[in-house]
Amino acid sequence: MIDESGLIIRDLSVSVSGARLFPPLSLHVRPGEVVAVTGRSGVGKSTLLSAICGTLDPCFDVSGDILVDGRVVRGVAAESRHVGILFQDDLLFPHMTVGDNLGFGLPPKLSRVERRTRIGDALAEAGLEGFESRDPATLSGGQRARIGCLRALLARPSVLLLDEPFSALDPESRSRFRQFVFQTTERRGLPVLLVTHDVGDVENLGDRSRVLSLDVLENGVSG
Amino acid sequence: MALNFLRYGPWLVLTLFLVPLVAGGIGTLLPAFGYLPALGGVNFSLDPWRALAAYPGVWDAVFRSLATGLAAAFLSFALVMGGLTFFHDSRWMGRLRAVLAPILAVPHAALAVGLVFVLSPSGWLVRMASPGFTGWDRPPDVALAPDPHGVSLVLALVIKEIPYLLLVSLAALERLPTARSVDIGRSLGYSGPVSWLKLVMPQLAGRIRLPVYAVIAFSVSTVDMAIILTATPTPTLGVLILRWMREADLSFQFVAAAGAVLQVGVVLAAVLIWRIGEVVSRFLLKAWLQRGGRNLFPGAIILAAVPTGIVSLLGGLGLVGLLIWSFAGRWRFPDAVPGRWSLENWVDRFDMIADPLAATLSLATASTVAAAILAIVGLEAETRFGRGQRTMALILLPLILPEVAFLFGFQVFLVGLHADGSWGGVIWAHLLFVLPYTYLTLAGPYRGLDPRYARAAACLGASPARVFWSVRLPLLLRPLLIAMAVGFAVSVGSYLPTVFAGAGRVTTLTTEAVTLSSGGDRRLIGVVGVLQAGLPFLAFALAWAIPRLVRWRRFGVGLGHD
Amino acid sequence: MRHSRTVRHWIVLCLWLIGTAIPFGQVASAEDQALDWDRALEKARGQTVYWNAWGGDDSINAYVDWVGQRVKEDYGVTLVHVKVGDISETVRRILAEKAAGRDSGGSVDLMWINGENFKAMKDNGLLFGPFADALPNRELIDTQENPAILRDFTVPTDGYESPWGGAKLIFVYDTARLANPPRDAGALLAYATANPGRVTYPAPPNFLGTTFLKQVLYELVEDPSELLSPAGQNFDAVTAPLWDYLSALHPTLWREGRDYPATEDDLIGLLDDGSVDIALAFNPAKASNAIEQDRLVDTARTYVPDAGSIGNTHYVAIPFNASAKEGAAIVANFLLSPEAQARKQDPRIWGDPTVLSMSRLDDTARALFDDLPRGVATLSPEELGRTLPEPHPTWMTRIEEVWLRRYGA
Repeated sequence: MIDESGLIIRDLSVSVSGARLFPPLSLHVRPGEVVAVTGRSGVGKSTLLSAICGTLDPCFDVSGDILVDGRVVRGVAAESRHVGILFQDDLLFPHMTVGDNLGFGLPPKLSRVERRTRIGDALAEAGLEGFESRDPATLSGGQRARIGCLRALLARPSVLLLDEPFSALDPESRSRFRQFVFQTTERRGLPVLLVTHDVGDVENLGDRSRVLSLDVLENGVSG
Repeated sequence: MALNFLRYGPWLVLTLFLVPLVAGGIGTLLPAFGYLPALGGVNFSLDPWRALAAYPGVWDAVFRSLATGLAAAFLSFALVMGGLTFFHDSRWMGRLRAVLAPILAVPHAALAVGLVFVLSPSGWLVRMASPGFTGWDRPPDVALAPDPHGVSLVLALVIKEIPYLLLVSLAALERLPTARSVDIGRSLGYSGPVSWLKLVMPQLAGRIRLPVYAVIAFSVSTVDMAIILTATPTPTLGVLILRWMREADLSFQFVAAAGAVLQVGVVLAAVLIWRIGEVVSRFLLKAWLQRGGRNLFPGAIILAAVPTGIVSLLGGLGLVGLLIWSFAGRWRFPDAVPGRWSLENWVDRFDMIADPLAATLSLATASTVAAAILAIVGLEAETRFGRGQRTMALILLPLILPEVAFLFGFQVFLVGLHADGSWGGVIWAHLLFVLPYTYLTLAGPYRGLDPRYARAAACLGASPARVFWSVRLPLLLRPLLIAMAVGFAVSVGSYLPTVFAGAGRVTTLTTEAVTLSSGGDRRLIGVVGVLQAGLPFLAFALAWAIPRLVRWRRFGVGLGHD
Repeated sequence: MRHSRTVRHWIVLCLWLIGTAIPFGQVASAEDQALDWDRALEKARGQTVYWNAWGGDDSINAYVDWVGQRVKEDYGVTLVHVKVGDISETVRRILAEKAAGRDSGGSVDLMWINGENFKAMKDNGLLFGPFADALPNRELIDTQENPAILRDFTVPTDGYESPWGGAKLIFVYDTARLANPPRDAGALLAYATANPGRVTYPAPPNFLGTTFLKQVLYELVEDPSELLSPAGQNFDAVTAPLWDYLSALHPTLWREGRDYPATEDDLIGLLDDGSVDIALAFNPAKASNAIEQDRLVDTARTYVPDAGSIGNTHYVAIPFNASAKEGAAIVANFLLSPEAQARKQDPRIWGDPTVLSMSRLDDTARALFDDLPRGVATLSPEELGRTLPEPHPTWMTRIEEVWLRRYGA
């Protein structure tokens, strides 16, 4: 029996008007595993993540397979892929309270009480109890980053993509947030694909992590 | 289903929009070449053009239209840029925006009359100085406003266009890295104003090109302001066209149609001249940019600020003048204030005003809401499917085309549909002007909205509809309301669209004001003018207050926090 | 999501608002047929009559409102005053309707009209009729006594329009500033020459300005009867004295003739400001009304030239495609009733002279007129002097044309 859990990419390539951004890529990120994608600026790291989560601009052509827990998701609308993503900016919606931001990720059918409980639990997980009605603008960078991460997790994604989520933070909040993310994803057994400039981001994770360089790929060595 | 509707949304919007334009254009073009069977014109000919060319003073009028229109557009552009150069980072720029909004919203006719109240030989300025300083017990016999050279017309247009351009510029600046650019410039040793001029202004000018063209088109072809502010023997082309249309001798309809076509040519010529000037000044600016000068000449700030100050003061005095006249009992020259004050104009005559007021209110509300929905449909479709931007640009046509060019034909079209004089017909006619302004004001912020918010929401499992309702729309609440306030002001001030589509049955404050202006009771004009200015002001006040209220309700605090 | 729900409710509400504001389309109903008064009375009940009439004067608008109340009470006709700046707008509207093939269900039922607009409509077949002679109140006008009613600017009315009121050119001045106003064209020129900048007139094609030109022409022309037939080859010869006169007058005008007041009320305003010494009006009660309304100094008085002054009649007509022809005819008839005519002549209401012949009225009706007060600045019928008839419209058209070429630009 073939293990299909987690994120599977087969011969994935992205091209714009005929020009390919990087050579065909194949990859299997298993639940709880963290794969760090590195590479110089402009090699297409973020584009790769967009292709996986389904928000790529229509002018790009995607070929190859993307499977999430065995489901083919290429061609499926972004909102139905169950792929969560965190960007460098936390992108908390400025017109919503912290609680509303978190609630935005929750499935629609939940009761009022259930929603409130889950939001409260999430805040507790981040050490931000009682922040429900706060304006996101009044939070610190580290706090906002944690809320952004929890918002993504509340949507129950099958895969989490991270697009340089640590680089905008100061060193202290950076390491705290990094720890927070990897602990939380490990607890949930989530496959994580991380785009980063800094391999140091994953160095403490041991055999839970792998590094994949798109630069090396480009030079003809497959990962 | 909803998705399909949205996919075809832009086409629906355009159809609603292009049909009357095309029908109106044909209905104007055919008579211009002699074809209008109802008047016995069954053969094509150039006779209307010959009659037009032979009409006394027509070429002077064309020149006057061009000169006043371009002068007004240039002055307002220069003053806005000058003001922004020195005050873009000033704390009261935001407040200035709120002060100028009511002037932007004052219908043209009311502002023009207000200006006459202030500037004319028997106007307020002369009254205040007489007989004390001047010794005049009769108004001096000089032509000030209206005047034969179109100076007061240019002045009125500038008063009207400065707030509009400023509003558009401020909106565009929010989307530009203004502060950062200026900071970089200053760190390289350029003064703040020079940094702004060299680094921000060129980007800004590119962003507001279309609004500037709209200003040119409007200034060149304005009719109601020109009627009030040009001397009778020295009209602009727009005024002549209206005179021909009102000529009892019906053969003049052909000349009027030809004139309307000519008006299009004049507008195009004006835009072309502006474009040439733009290219030349870009070239000059580039040379100046490369020379590396760090400072402006010493008096520049005065040159940039004082004219704007004077112009705003005159506009303000005009508005106050309207207000005072509306409470005047008897106000004879040279008294500086009315000899007798009275509420009669408001109380006894209010039932004359009540119906037009209600009509103005419902027309403006309906057309503004419709325009907002249509603009959003177009922009949302563009955002989701990534196309239609070019096609949707067609709805800006009415801003570039002079109103008269297609309104005569549009009237014939509505009559054919049996929809003239119906509310639907008039709302439609208003929409032709309300939608472009609403769309123009909204498009920038809509396209400029950080697309990652929508992506983040989609990756959280939100459907496109939910992304729209819960993320994009609330984030755009403020620009949307401003766009609606602009649309509302446009509808309140519309004269020709109401007259043509309304079959004369629909009386708004503006048609009432123009009708009254041929009857001349300054006190009643004051009342109507005050109401006209008050409605859009209210709309702007709401556009200012609602986002704050929403924020306040959401977070409990943060009024004024952005 | 409290927020999104609020927005959605708001938009639904707005859609509903728009929906209620679009009662598209109108009911067309009008078979062309000659006017039968009894049938008309019956059919008119419940009709709505759209009356396009100049709306630039409060007092006139108030009077029209009153007419609306009365015809509602007596005939069940709803009258809507469509205020227009110039009735030629309406002529064009009906023209546009004809162009679009709308031969019934038109948007205008009644219009206040005379002169060149009437001629234009009559020539282009845009009028319904003849209907005027079928109106019962027509009996109250003695055409022997008032023949002008049969001819509008010399054009035969042929029953296509029904008379409503009269107009007569008068001059207004401020007795506090001017003791002896000039009483003929020559004296006016002399006064203007001695007092540059103190005389002006509205620019043609404003009707008052054109009337002033006709007044001067009448006073200067050798044989006024030539003006009653269409202008032809004789135009240059007949009007030569007028152009000579204007050439002399214009340099002495207010603003040296580089600008003109737009309207009658504009001119009254100039007189009130003291910018000019003499104003014109086309209604004998105009000055009294303006004083009453605080728009003119109370020392203002009126006079007419020694030779008499131009006068004419104004009418109401029904467009060929009117939706409520019967209702319109009933309004036209009511306008000719002694009640409506006496109220119209009341200077406190409007002050527009009646078209009825006193000899045809019974005692009660005549008493309505006898009891009317006269405004402080209004002349008595005797003082108003002779009424000079309007020239044929062709004169007016060509004079306006030449004037525009000479002084218009």
